[in-house]
Amino acid sequence: MNINLTMIGQAIAFFIFVVFCMKYVWPPIMAALQERQKKIADGLAASDRAARDLELAQEKSAQELREAKQQAAALIEQANKRAAQIVEASKDDARKEGQKLIEQAKAEIEQERNQARDALRAEIAAIAVAGAEKILETSVDASKHNEMLEKLAAEL
Amino acid sequence: MAGSASEYIQHHLQNLTYGKLPAGYERADGSVVEEATWTLARNGQEASDMGFWALHIDSLGWAVGLGVLFLFLFRMAAKRATSDQPGGLQNFVEVMVEFVDNSVKETFHGKNKVIAPLALTIFCWIFLMNLMDLVPVDFLPQLFHLMGLEYMKVVPTTDVNVTLGMSLSVFALIIYYSLKVKGVGGFLGELTLHPFSSDNLFLKILLVPVNLLLEGVSLIAKPISLALRLFGNLYAGELIFILIALLPLWAQWTLSVPWAIFHILVITLQAFIFMMLTIVYLSMAHEDSH
Repeated sequence: MNINLTMIGQAIAFFIFVVFCMKYVWPPIMAALQERQKKIADGLAASDRAARDLELAQEKSAQELREAKQQAAALIEQANKRAAQIVEASKDDARKEGQKLIEQAKAEIEQERNQARDALRAEIAAIAVAGAEKILETSVDASKHNEMLEKLAAEL
Repeated sequence: MAGSASEYIQHHLQNLTYGKLPAGYERADGSVVEEATWTLARNGQEASDMGFWALHIDSLGWAVGLGVLFLFLFRMAAKRATSDQPGGLQNFVEVMVEFVDNSVKETFHGKNKVIAPLALTIFCWIFLMNLMDLVPVDFLPQLFHLMGLEYMKVVPTTDVNVTLGMSLSVFALIIYYSLKVKGVGGFLGELTLHPFSSDNLFLKILLVPVNLLLEGVSLIAKPISLALRLFGNLYAGELIFILIALLPLWAQWTLSVPWAIFHILVITLQAFIFMMLTIVYLSMAHEDSH
């Protein structure tokens, strides 16, 4: 229990240790701790940002997908319409063509019939004349009886 | 048995003392020193006769050795400190540093670069010094006895010089910061105008001695209580270990093991209390409330 120089020695050692600790131990450790804190904070912020970016990207891609779908639908509709138009138009054309053909054919037929009728008429006139010649055993003057013959032919 | 037991205890409580014997001093073996000489004390009487001019080599040696060990470990960790994944040592050191840093931040709100490292040094150093108490009481003294050194007290904090040396350093810091923060006038005012004060100037002057007495005692009590608390706890603990060591060998563990386990708490707690009180005292020195 003697109080002696040891006390002073201890105080000096204490002083030196505290100074050493203050200069060479405390600052690097605190610096490392703070740097790590900052790093972790940065990392968390970055991950937050990344999550937000991801969300945005997802939203954007969904949007684009929706737009693309809409566009595709519009295109398909357009195409359908166009196809329907084309079909309609070609149907129309075909109908017209058919009509035309039919009319042409009808006209031809009419022409041919007229021709045939004319021919027949002429022949019938001849036949009638011949028949009448046979019946009358005389020659019928064609020019004399032409009026009667034409009346006959018109009756046919 | 009684004589040898008390001898054993006294032997264990004697520091290895290197000091100055006055001229004409008759030593334990009957020889007389002719002029004042520095030498190792051969027994307790010689050690106490050396008076103030003596060093407890064992206390100082262990204290400095443990302090160097603490700083070496922490310095190594500090050098290699990275903000990446910390290793085992760095982890441990960081836990200690953060623990001390939190303790300081909770109590001390000013700005001071000294207090936190001071608290760390106090806590770790006192803890290590206290930890020596858990080394079986005869291990190291016996080892040094074989090396020719008669006395060896291995727990520096059971030496009142060591605890006083630290608490007086803290006291010096208290005075220094009080003067620095409050100025000489402020500090003197705190000592003399409190706790009793009056608006009447005459009464005020009359109350100065009373206040000075009260505040002076409470100021002086800080380092003394700080030193004696630590010293008393560790000295008592050491004494009980020594008493247990007097038991027959086969019976010692029944007492020494529980006491050692309990003592783990004591040594940590005492180191923590010393650190906390230092922080509290220094933060009081910084408060300019009066």
